[in-house]
Amino acid sequence: MTGDEACAEGALAAGCRFFGGYPITPATEIAEHMSERLPGVGGTFIQMEDEIAAMASVLGAAWAGQKSMTATSGPGFSLMMENIGLAACTETPCVVVNVQRAGPSTGLPTMGAQADMMQVRWGSHGDYEIIALAPCSAQEIFYQTITAFNLSERYRTPVFIMTDEIIGHMSEKVVIPPADQIRAEDRPKPQGRKDRFLLYKPGPNGVAPMPAAGDGYNVHVTGLTHDEKGYPVMSIEAQEQMMTRIKNKILNNLDDIIITEDHHLEDAEIVIVSYGISARTSMAAMQQARAMGWKVGFLRLVTVWPFAERQIRALAERVKAFVTVEINLGQIHLEVTRAAAGKAACHLVGHHGGAIISPDKVLAAIEEVL
Amino acid sequence: MMEYWRTPFDAQTIQVSQGIVHIIEDRCKGCGYCIEFCPKHILAFSPRFNKKGYHPPEVLQPDGCVNCHYCEIICPEFAIYSVEVPTAPGG
Amino acid sequence: MSQAIARKEAPLQQVPDHPLEDLIRSDRIPHIWCPGCGIGTAFAATLAAMKASGQDLSSTCMVSGIGCSGRAAGYVKLDSFHTTHGRAIPFATGLKLGNPRLNVVVFSGDGDLFAIGGNHFIHAARRNIPLTVICLNNLNYGMTGGQVAATTPYLARTTTTPAGNTEAPFNLPLLAWAAGASFVARWTILHIRELTDCIQKAMLKNGFAFIEVLGPCPINYGRRNKEKPLQTLKLYQEQTIIRNQADPSDLEIDFSKKVVLGEFVDKERSTCIENYDKTCRLL
Repeated sequence: MTGDEACAEGALAAGCRFFGGYPITPATEIAEHMSERLPGVGGTFIQMEDEIAAMASVLGAAWAGQKSMTATSGPGFSLMMENIGLAACTETPCVVVNVQRAGPSTGLPTMGAQADMMQVRWGSHGDYEIIALAPCSAQEIFYQTITAFNLSERYRTPVFIMTDEIIGHMSEKVVIPPADQIRAEDRPKPQGRKDRFLLYKPGPNGVAPMPAAGDGYNVHVTGLTHDEKGYPVMSIEAQEQMMTRIKNKILNNLDDIIITEDHHLEDAEIVIVSYGISARTSMAAMQQARAMGWKVGFLRLVTVWPFAERQIRALAERVKAFVTVEINLGQIHLEVTRAAAGKAACHLVGHHGGAIISPDKVLAAIEEVL
Repeated sequence: MMEYWRTPFDAQTIQVSQGIVHIIEDRCKGCGYCIEFCPKHILAFSPRFNKKGYHPPEVLQPDGCVNCHYCEIICPEFAIYSVEVPTAPGG
Repeated sequence: MSQAIARKEAPLQQVPDHPLEDLIRSDRIPHIWCPGCGIGTAFAATLAAMKASGQDLSSTCMVSGIGCSGRAAGYVKLDSFHTTHGRAIPFATGLKLGNPRLNVVVFSGDGDLFAIGGNHFIHAARRNIPLTVICLNNLNYGMTGGQVAATTPYLARTTTTPAGNTEAPFNLPLLAWAAGASFVARWTILHIRELTDCIQKAMLKNGFAFIEVLGPCPINYGRRNKEKPLQTLKLYQEQTIIRNQADPSDLEIDFSKKVVLGEFVDKERSTCIENYDKTCRLL
């Protein structure tokens, strides 16, 4: 099946029962697959009037108690930013898939890119934290979609799956394990007295349990700065308290959230850093480099946000250089450079978008560094 | 007593309900809607100021309230309401 | 002396609460709305209707957008959602589809529902998703200081139409009717009994129900158009006429003529939820 279909199947396996979508190349197949599959499992699919409405409906369904998602690409992702901010502010679990295509604006609708990596991090206004995963194959999209739902339920936060046109449309073998081998997490429900319940009072992991509408908690949910009860409070102190909670629930759980994959890092002098489709290019380049006896390792970012800063910083102490491979003009490259803090050279193998990066380009860059 | 252009046939058997007006003065913002639209004209601005500096209404003729609730439902502030006075049987 | 006070205070403690006290977040009252603003009255009518409807209030929710009317969700002691500007209806759509047992009431303003949120309104009406949408129409953007809205009358003065509004306003019931709403009505905050009964009816309607409520914005609209709040209410009293089932194209708001109030549409049409169950779930 295609990466897009694997994404839909992963979502269903994770327990997603609401999809609010809007057609856009190259993400439409996810909506199509969900429209076919959801009613059969008791879920609901709706095609909304635009991506703004799609994202709003996803939040509404999340507060109705459903695991909910949407999928889009660049132009739609831009429209969703408004309600992604609402999701971050109101700590609403949901999953958003961005099957990236080249931009800006309408760009190259049918050709892949990885140029929304900063938009996913900072696209809505204000400071906040999000989680973004970048799978590199259809099989991994299936599993990472489940992980995305689990993380969003665990941390009450929007979680993004940043794929691209290439893996979205590529057909590959996908093994779907039996349901009893899939661990799907549900958001913790509140316990105790309903009249004393505080909607944003953090539990042990920094996250507050979340009731659904109709559970009898009379919650108030607002995008205004609010206190632990959820009531709007227009003060610097309330802003600080809210922001600290939203940031810390992610930043204090980095070990749980950040997934990376190491290849030959033990003796590496040069480390390739990559994610998504470009990770496959990078893997090939590393294997060819190793075959030539070059000491090249590969750090694959499965979780791109929060950024694996500690891992990069530790490697920077002992490697000569980083080569970041991505289909953009240096978005994660700049993060690597920042984390390396001048202790290792940082190079970019980038692309303007519309095509995959060939392993030759990566090898050429490595050779230059050597 | 209400004025009629003719006395209804059942005027003697119909009991006009009576109410007591309650005012939560500190919620009032002094819009005057209750005073203006009270069908029995029993309310007026109080000379007092509330906590927010507005003149809340006061009841001038407590016996005049027929418990129609109009003040209660037009009040934008949840600041005024009336409750029925139980009438003695046959009264 | 202290005994005298105690005796005097004793009956005070037996004063019954305001009849809507259990439905408001009284720790947040007084609300932010200005003296004479119509939102509070329309909001209170909504709460009274919710109570009178006999529906299970623990599964009744209010969703608002942004603006003065958008603050309503913050004062109702039910599950309540104060969302983004214009997006109350799509949020409410997700809420209702996520759990069709919920009664979802959208309470928001004219700017929110019909300018930035206009597209969502017509699509929700077209789908006939069961929502009760109450629009407090005060003819301008109040929260931001009185700018022109999609409902501002021709030539009315606002901070962004200092010489007078050069555009024509929407006829909201006509728009709702054309988009397919199952229930369409208009009242003013002076017609509270009719309004409350109407909201109650709308809440019990299985389909998309829309009620426009005219209410004054004395500070931002009234002041610039030489209308004191009581004068606006007098207009509502003297320049309106109740005509149920009126032709929706006759419903322009022009207080130099009579403004038509009433229930204009009340029809049966299957909802998008019923159709989805029938067509996609094969129920």
